[in-house]
Amino acid sequence: MASPREIRRRIRSVRNMSQITRAMEMVAASKMRRAQDRVTASRPYSERLREFIADLSSQKMDAEELSRFPLLAERPVKTAGMILITPDRGLTGALNGNLLRRGAQFIRDEADAPVKVIAVGKKGRDFMARTGQDMIADFIGMGDAPLLDDVRPIATIAIDEFLSGGVDAVHMVYPKFVNTLTQQPSVVQILPIERPESQYEDVDYIFEPDPTAVLQEILPRYVEVLLYQGLLETVASFYSAQMVAMRNATDNAKELSSELELSYNKARQAQITNEVAEIAAGANAFRT
Amino acid sequence: MANLSVEIVTGERVVYQNDQVSMVVAPGAEGSLGILPSHAPLVSLLQEGELRIKSGGSEEALAVHGGFLEVINNKVVVLADTAERISEIDIERAEVARASAEETLRNAKDSVDIAEAEAALRRAAIRLRLARKPRGQSGGRPPG
Repeated sequence: MASPREIRRRIRSVRNMSQITRAMEMVAASKMRRAQDRVTASRPYSERLREFIADLSSQKMDAEELSRFPLLAERPVKTAGMILITPDRGLTGALNGNLLRRGAQFIRDEADAPVKVIAVGKKGRDFMARTGQDMIADFIGMGDAPLLDDVRPIATIAIDEFLSGGVDAVHMVYPKFVNTLTQQPSVVQILPIERPESQYEDVDYIFEPDPTAVLQEILPRYVEVLLYQGLLETVASFYSAQMVAMRNATDNAKELSSELELSYNKARQAQITNEVAEIAAGANAFRT
Repeated sequence: MANLSVEIVTGERVVYQNDQVSMVVAPGAEGSLGILPSHAPLVSLLQEGELRIKSGGSEEALAVHGGFLEVINNKVVVLADTAERISEIDIERAEVARASAEETLRNAKDSVDIAEAEAALRRAAIRLRLARKPRGQSGGRPPG
């Protein structure tokens, strides 16, 4: 058994660690709350925009009209695109691992074609670079509170790549924020835009200036919003996962330190017993 | 008469929500748009400018910069790139933004920089113009 002094030292270091993880847990908790608020606050926009596109596409469109909106046009996928959104940092339990595994699974099993990757977030970028994927762009340091404007460059690259024929479809892989304990690595199709169902039937809209101009303005915006939503959920998932991971670490540290406390006491007891025995033996030796 | 329900939403938050609105005046792509209840379904792009909402006896004005507007079934949804109540506009900040945009514009060579600075300048100018516009106490239409 280790000496009491060594055990003492370990207890101290475990306690220090638990203080750090506890502080990190608390920081993550407060940032998580704000990140969740941002996810909630941004939902109305994306929902309205979705309804908007649904209402517009309830209009009957023939093939020729549709061909004016290449962002809606499906075509056989010869090259697939993947936008992988990950956090910049770790210490998040299984979150990053699961996410990267999901991304790798998409490339390996689901894409059914060579995949070009756009990495958002350091973890994803490093993973893609390490595994030698075809990475066409990377974005890091998006921060905790990105604005809609901040995703515009990502959307622009994806759209340009899609329109120029560089890729024939784009999917987004991101950690969907379900709740504090659950984050689900998810795959969502971004391009071509899937037309949502409308609650209205074939509404006869007045367009200003005209339908083409309106849709041409709206469709890229929808791509941005999907990415924005993904990015915000990634931030919320990151802090949730980090908070839970740090809470577990704190709990483990407490458990470990109480176990060490016990063995410290035992070791101390043993030492004292030993000393008493030695003294007694010494005294006995004199008496005889 | 039925009322309009109005929602003004930006990417980051819901700026305005009210279902007791009698009239909306919006800066449409082809000029000012007045919307009353029972308006036909309409979709319009928005310019930068002032969006006025009449509700009960009062009127509220917002500065919007780009986006879209949809009218369907007495529901008006505005999806703006940015939108803010005119009473919330920070004049000093807008002044600073205008000065820095002008500065950038003087030195910029890159066409992307120029476009960005021009947009920022336009936004600041509109904010300032709307924030300084005199307004009646009753919230009615200001003279002039």
